[in-house]
Amino acid sequence: MHAIEKLLAKKAGKTSVKTGEIINCEIDMAGINDLYLQTIRSFFEMGGTKVYDPSKVIMFLDHYAPASTITQATNQKQFREFCWDQGIDLLMDIDQGVCHQVLADKGLAYPGEIVVITDSHTTTHGAFGAFGTGVGATDLAIILATGKLWFRVPEIIKINFEGKLHKGVYAKDAILHAIGTLGADYAVYKAVEFGGSMLEQLSISERMALCNMSTEMGAKASYIQPDAITMAFLEERVTRAYEIYHTDADFHYADEVSFDVSALKPQLAAPSSVDNVYDVSQFIGRHIDQAYLGSCTGGRAEDIGIAAHILHGKKVASRTRFVIVPASKGVLLEAMEKGYVKTLIEAGATFVTPGCAACLGTHEGMIASGETCITTTNRNFPGRMGDTKAEIFLGSPAAVAAAALMGEIVDPTLYM
Amino acid sequence: MQKLLSGNAFVFGKNVDTDQIYPGRFVEFTDVEDVAKYAMFGADPAFTCKVKKGDFIVAGTNFGCGSSREHAAITIKAVGVGAIIAESFARIFYRNAINLGIPLIVCPNISQLIQTGDSLSLDLHSGEIRLEKSLIATAEPMSEYVLNILESGGIKPLIKQQLATGNRA
Repeated sequence: MHAIEKLLAKKAGKTSVKTGEIINCEIDMAGINDLYLQTIRSFFEMGGTKVYDPSKVIMFLDHYAPASTITQATNQKQFREFCWDQGIDLLMDIDQGVCHQVLADKGLAYPGEIVVITDSHTTTHGAFGAFGTGVGATDLAIILATGKLWFRVPEIIKINFEGKLHKGVYAKDAILHAIGTLGADYAVYKAVEFGGSMLEQLSISERMALCNMSTEMGAKASYIQPDAITMAFLEERVTRAYEIYHTDADFHYADEVSFDVSALKPQLAAPSSVDNVYDVSQFIGRHIDQAYLGSCTGGRAEDIGIAAHILHGKKVASRTRFVIVPASKGVLLEAMEKGYVKTLIEAGATFVTPGCAACLGTHEGMIASGETCITTTNRNFPGRMGDTKAEIFLGSPAAVAAAALMGEIVDPTLYM
Repeated sequence: MQKLLSGNAFVFGKNVDTDQIYPGRFVEFTDVEDVAKYAMFGADPAFTCKVKKGDFIVAGTNFGCGSSREHAAITIKAVGVGAIIAESFARIFYRNAINLGIPLIVCPNISQLIQTGDSLSLDLHSGEIRLEKSLIATAEPMSEYVLNILESGGIKPLIKQQLATGNRA
């Protein structure tokens, strides 16, 4: 069996599972974010009265943090009251940041865990050897009511990245290249394990970016086998006991593909789909109205550090805005301690409070018709960050910061 | 659950994402009547004026990719779409729609066989899709698990029953 299958079997109280089987699993951590008041409504519509285990529920006020309309404020008020009424202590209010980063910061993402959040990018937690998956409001309400959720045991694909990334080329480039080659629906219903020698080079921050973006090829979950890098990260944060699973040597993947990243150039996903991916050289000179660095994909301290390196002692281009949204309070504090915030504000960047901000097209950095934005986020669908006639390019933190500096798309490796 | 459905088709392409089905700036709305105003708004802002109860959405691969927002399924159900027929569905959207009791039909090449405005009928049990009464395709069968949810009128009545009997499995 695969490590993921062993993990799922354990949580379903079984000794083995097979692909396609429908199983009912105990959920270790169920997260709700402030977009989905429907979760609470569905809970009561199903006859729920008391949450099955409040200690396994976490509420994130991250997408509308802080509220910018009365409706958002009213929704958040109802979430807070639900937590207080139900004894849910893990209320991550508007000061905390994006759900996935908050879980990582607080040591609540760990190997062998099943984490389910009402957020499609819950695949991020594969970076810790967890089974993370996104669901809708009513599925999450089922967990609130019963502590469990049904899953179809997925086929498992392995994607290997071999070789060493050049300076100025990142995990984001590698995964964009893979999505561009394989397509946005390549892994629908399937789990993706990432392997290959490139991983030895990747920090937890970059591994999170990799696993986060597996959602954009349709993956149900992603997985990186925990190693020394994982353990070093977890030792500082995770206080509870956990189990690391290993894949049997005779396991057969549903598909296995390999990419050599040694010669990989910086990549961009061009408007308006995530699999519309090219070398950055295709778009050199394209004017940028807004550069955006943030989100659960590319808003970590390392990402902000790359931008600070590129903009140190320099200025953001005069007809370009540079919006930076730290993924969490922990990220913001680290960026402050390391001097990144000062460097970037002096360079002309605008900092937004930790959270999802304009990534989902509701507030704090929306773009107008005819504008072009380059962003470290995960989606460039029409209208994703504002007007449907705006254009969005997805790239690495270096590609975004270098574009902010020059006011146009450039090859970021020249600015490292 | 009604076995035979009939209505007109609205055909969309591949990778129709949840921002096209229900744009992010409307996600703060929580009442069904508000959510219903924006069905398919990002792909066709006039969709809610044209669609009639029982009509079909037909699409290429990966329908519903993107966000986990249940609004995408809620809005399609609220305007009375009888079923969505696509070449494949994104996973979270699939679960959301089935949970709400919307039949989702997987049928290869369907977006090439049908045009917007075509009059279709669909047999949910046999998967047979007819255009002006001629059989044009047979969809993949739904799993027993999914059929059970649909026939129960969505997942909420099933969980309600489960909670009432104190059974967690």
